[in-house]
Amino acid sequence: MTTTPLVHQATAVAARATELTKVYGQGETQVVALDRVTVDFRQAEFTAIMGPSGSGKSTLMHCVAGLDSFSSGSVRIGDTELGSLKDKKLTQLRRDKIGFIFQAFNLLPTLSALENITLPMDIAGRKPDRQWLDTVINMIGLSDRLKHRPSQLSGGQQQRVAVARALASKPDIIFGDEPTGNLDSRSGAEVLGFLRNSVRELGQTVVMVTHDPVAAAYADRVVFLADGRIVDELTAPTADTVLDRMKRFDAKGRVS
Amino acid sequence: MFRTALRNVLAHKARLLMTVLAVMLGVAFVAGTLVFTSTISDAFQKSSAKGLEHVDVAIDPTTPDDGSETPGSAPDLTQKLLDRVTDVPGAAAATGDASGFAAIADKKGKLVGDGWSTRGANYYPGKDGKDPRYPMRDGRAPAKKSEIALDAKTAERAGFKVGDTVRMSVNGPVLEQKLTGIFTTDDGNVAAGGSIALFDTRTAQGLYTKPGRFSQIAVTAADGTSQTALKAEIEKVLPKDAEATTGKTLADDEAKSIANQMSGMQTGLLAFAGISLFVGIFIIANTFTMLVAQRTKELALMRAVGASRRQVTRSVLIEAFVVGAVAAVTGLAAGIGIGAGLRSLMGSFGGTVPDGPLVVSPGTVVAALVVGIVVTMFAAWLPGRRAAKIPPVAAMSSVHAVATTKSLVLRNTIGALFAGSGAAAVIAGTTMGSDGKLPMGAGAALLLIGVFVLTPLLSRPIIAAAAPLLRVFGISGKLARQNSVRNPRRTAATASALMIGLTLITGMTVIAGSVQQGIDKMATDSLKADYVVSMANFTPLSPDVEKTLTEADGVVATSPMRNSPSEIGDSTEYLTGVDPKTIGELAELPFKKGSFEALSGSGVVVDKATADREGWHVGSPFTVTYEDGRKGQLKVGGVYEGNEMIRGILVDKDTLAPHQSEITDMQVMVKTKDGASQSVKDALEKELGNNPAVLVEDKKDVSEAIAQMFTLMLNMLYGLLAMAVIVAVLGVINTLAMSVFERSQEIGMLRAIGLDRRGIKRMVRIESLVISLFGGLLGIGLGVFLGWAAGELIGTSLSTYELVLPWGRMGVFLALAAVVGILAALWPARRAARLNMLAAIKAE
Repeated sequence: MTTTPLVHQATAVAARATELTKVYGQGETQVVALDRVTVDFRQAEFTAIMGPSGSGKSTLMHCVAGLDSFSSGSVRIGDTELGSLKDKKLTQLRRDKIGFIFQAFNLLPTLSALENITLPMDIAGRKPDRQWLDTVINMIGLSDRLKHRPSQLSGGQQQRVAVARALASKPDIIFGDEPTGNLDSRSGAEVLGFLRNSVRELGQTVVMVTHDPVAAAYADRVVFLADGRIVDELTAPTADTVLDRMKRFDAKGRVS
Repeated sequence: MFRTALRNVLAHKARLLMTVLAVMLGVAFVAGTLVFTSTISDAFQKSSAKGLEHVDVAIDPTTPDDGSETPGSAPDLTQKLLDRVTDVPGAAAATGDASGFAAIADKKGKLVGDGWSTRGANYYPGKDGKDPRYPMRDGRAPAKKSEIALDAKTAERAGFKVGDTVRMSVNGPVLEQKLTGIFTTDDGNVAAGGSIALFDTRTAQGLYTKPGRFSQIAVTAADGTSQTALKAEIEKVLPKDAEATTGKTLADDEAKSIANQMSGMQTGLLAFAGISLFVGIFIIANTFTMLVAQRTKELALMRAVGASRRQVTRSVLIEAFVVGAVAAVTGLAAGIGIGAGLRSLMGSFGGTVPDGPLVVSPGTVVAALVVGIVVTMFAAWLPGRRAAKIPPVAAMSSVHAVATTKSLVLRNTIGALFAGSGAAAVIAGTTMGSDGKLPMGAGAALLLIGVFVLTPLLSRPIIAAAAPLLRVFGISGKLARQNSVRNPRRTAATASALMIGLTLITGMTVIAGSVQQGIDKMATDSLKADYVVSMANFTPLSPDVEKTLTEADGVVATSPMRNSPSEIGDSTEYLTGVDPKTIGELAELPFKKGSFEALSGSGVVVDKATADREGWHVGSPFTVTYEDGRKGQLKVGGVYEGNEMIRGILVDKDTLAPHQSEITDMQVMVKTKDGASQSVKDALEKELGNNPAVLVEDKKDVSEAIAQMFTLMLNMLYGLLAMAVIVAVLGVINTLAMSVFERSQEIGMLRAIGLDRRGIKRMVRIESLVISLFGGLLGIGLGVFLGWAAGELIGTSLSTYELVLPWGRMGVFLALAAVVGILAALWPARRAARLNMLAAIKAE
C-alpha cells in the first residue's frame, strides 16, 4: 500500500516530518522502525498517534520531539530543521519550544508541585509568566496543592502537575507519551480533558501517543501507524470508530 | 547459592570496583607495612650478624646496674687484659676496640653521611700485621697520629684518594689527617650510608678511651672450641668490672632489640592502615546497602520461590567474601610493591637501611588475606541482614521498592548520647592534668562515633545553610542540594569517611603547630646567649672548643653545659655544670625564688619540678654522690621554672670538675659583642676550623631546627593519612555513581525537558562538592575541638603552650575537601551526561 500525503495547507503547521526514516542496527539484524513517514501536526490541533506495539508510534513521537535521532528525512518544529542540530541546540529547542508529558509522570520528588511546574523555566533561567501560570494552575485545579511534594499527591494529581509543567512554558507543541497509561479511567479522563481544553481554549498544539481508543477519542485527529508506516487517518474520532479501524488493521495483519 | 552470589559479583563489576579498590588500598597498606618492616629488620639483623662474624666472645666493661651510662667514663679494659685473654686456652686471637664518633668532611667542607652512623675506630693488626676486619684495597694501614684510613664507599663519595688530606672531627677540634689507606668492608652501617675512619690504636685510644685502654675486646675461638667453652675460659681471667658475652648472645640481643624498634614503627604504621580500613568499612557497607536495594525484586523473588532468610543473608555474605578475597589478593600484591617502594624511598632520603632481599613472610600473606576478607564481610553483614528482611511480596510490586526510611529518632538519640558524653569526657579530661589522657582518649572516640551516628541529622541544616551559596548555580545547584539530602544515611556514611581523615589531619596540625610554638617560645625566651655550639649528633664536645671560643674576637661571655650523673637519695639525677660568672648573661630563667647569684661553690639552683619532687626549698641542704663515687654537700640557692633547653640541677662547673673522669661539654653558650649576625656566625665557625661536625646555632637556627622537626613529622603524618582521604574519595565516587544510577529516570526527564549535558554534569558535581565539603567541615570542626582539648592537657606540662589555630592550613584542608568532591564527580558526572535519554525515561 502507498502512504497518503497528509499535507493540509489551510492552517499553519507546528511540526512536520518528511520522508522520516529510522533504522536500528545493521545488516541482517536491521530493523526499520520508521519507513519514509510524512506527517504534519497542525497548530491548535490535538493529534493522537495510534498503532499496535512495535508499529513505530513512540519512535515517531521521539524523533519529531527531538528526543531521538533519525536515519534520513527531515523533521521541522516551526521553522527549525532538527536533523542538523547538535545536542546543545536540540536541548535548547526542547526546553523553549516543546512540552512533554510522560507515562510515568516523571516529576522530581525533591521539588514541590509548583517547583515542578516551573522547572523548564528555571532550567532556562527565565521568570515564568505569572498570569499564564495562574491560568494553567486554575485549569488543572491544583491551586491548593502547590506546596505538596509529588509523593503526597495521587497519580492523577501528579499527572495533572506534569500537564501543567508542559503547558507552563507556552511551548509551540506538547508531546505526550501514553499520558494516561498509568492512571485509572477517571483520572485519565480528567487529564485528557485538560489536554483537549488546552487545545480548544488556549490554542495549544498537542500530539499524543496512545493505544487506548477512549483516549484517542479526545483528539481532533487520529493517525494510525503499522510497521513503521502511516496507514490511515481519522478526523473527529469517537472511541467506536477508532476501535473499528483498529480491528480492521488487526484482521488485515492476521490475514497477510 | 554460591553460584547466584558469584553471578551477582560479575554482574556488578563496575559497582564493586570502588569497593574492591577501597579494601585493596587498606590491605595494601597493611601488607606494605609488614613487608617493609620485616625486610628492614631482616636487613639489620643480617648486617649486625655480619659485624659479629669475627667475634666469638666479646668482653665489655660492666655497666652499672641502674642502667645509667656515665658519659665520658673510662672503660677499664686494659692491654694487659687483652694479652691475658689471648693466651687463654681455646682463643685464637683477640682484638682490642677503641671506637666512637668521627665526622668526615668532604672536599667542600660538608659532613659526609648523616652524623649518626659515622664512626671512628682503631686498626688492630694481628700477628701477621693485618686486621682481618679491614682489608686494605689501596695504600697501607694508618700508623701515626696524623694518619687515617677510610672505607672505600666514603672515599669514593667524597672523592678522596690515598695521599689526600682529610679534615675531620671527633669531639670538636678539627683534625687534618693524611689518608694512607682505603679499605673495603661489608659493615652494615657503611652499606647504609655511614662511614668508618680508622686510626692506629694508640691514636684511637687517645681520642676515644684512654691510653692503653679499650672499649671492647673481641676474641675469636680456635678451631674446635665452642663459644661457650671459650667464654668459660675467659671468665676465669676477667676482672670483676668486665663481662664476657658470646657472639651468639650478642647477635640474639641485637636481633631482639631490632625487632623491638621495628615493632614500634610497625604498630604506628598499622594504626594508619587501620584508619583507612575503618574508613573503607563505610564504603563497603554503603555499596552493599545499595546493591541490596537495587536487587530488592530479585531477592524477593528468591524468597518467593523458597529461599530462607538465612540463605539470602548468606548469598550477600558470599558476595562480600568474593569481593574481599579479590581485594585482599590484589592488595597483597600492591602491598609488596609498596614495601619495596618504601625501602627505596627511605634509601633515597639517605636513610640507614642496609641492603637485603624483600621479605614476604607467610604471616604477612595470612594477615593481608584475613584483614581484607574479614573487613569486607563485616561491613556487608548489616546490608545482608537487611536483604533478608525483604518480604517475598516485594517481587510482585511493579515499581522497585524504595528502601524504607526508618525513623531517625532512635539513631539521633543514640548519637546525641554518644556525642554528648564524649564531648563531656573530653572537656573533663582537659582539667585533669596528666590523668586526663584516658577520659580524653575515650571521650574522643565516643564523640567521633556520636557525630558519625548524628551525621544524617546534621546533614540537613548544614547543607540547607549552603543554599544561598548554591543559588549562583541556578537550577543545577538547587537540584544538587536537594539530591544530597535525599538519602541522609548514605550522604552521612560518605561524608563520614572523609570526616575521619580530616579530623585526624586537623587535630594533628593544631596540636603540632601549638606545641611547636610553645617549645620554640620556651627555648628562645630563656636564651640570652647569641649562639649555642654543639656537636651535630649531640655527642660531647672537647673543652678545647670553649677555650677557642672564649679567645675569639668579639666574644663577651661563654659558659659550657656539662652533664654528670650523680646519685641523690636513691635516684639518679644529672648535674649540669655551668660557669656561674657568666650564666646570668647567657640564660634567662624565670626564678620562683632566689637567682643565679646563689650559684657558686656548694650553692646550686634547681628547677621547680626537681624541687617539688625532692621537697626542697631555698636553703635546703642535700647530699650528693658524684660520678666518681665521692660524696658532697650541696645547698639549694634558687628555684626556677625549667624548660626544654635548661632544666634540672645547675652546679658550678668548678665544683663538678674534680669529680669528673673526663671533662666534656654538651653545649657551649656564647654571647658576642655585636649580637647574632651572619658575619659573627661565620667568624665563629672559622675560629672553630669550619668544622662540619660542630653546629653553631643562633636563636633562629634553634627555632628552625624545632620547626623542621615538626614539619617533618607532620608531613609524614599527612602522607599516611592521605590514604584515608583517598579511600574517602572512592567512597564519594561510589555514592555518586549510585545516585546517578538510581536517578537515571529523573536525569532522562531533565534532559528531555531541556537541561543540557553541562547542566546535568554540574548538578552531579555540586552534589559531590556539597557532600565533600560537609564531611570536610565536620572533620575540621572536630579536629579543632580535639586539638584544643589535647592541647589543654599538654599545656599542663608545657607552660608556654598556647593554642595556635592554623587558619591557613584549615583553609587548605577545606579546599582539599572541595578538590576531593570535584575529582570524585568527574566520572559519575560524565556518565550522567551521557545517559541514554529515552532508555532512562522508560526505565522503571
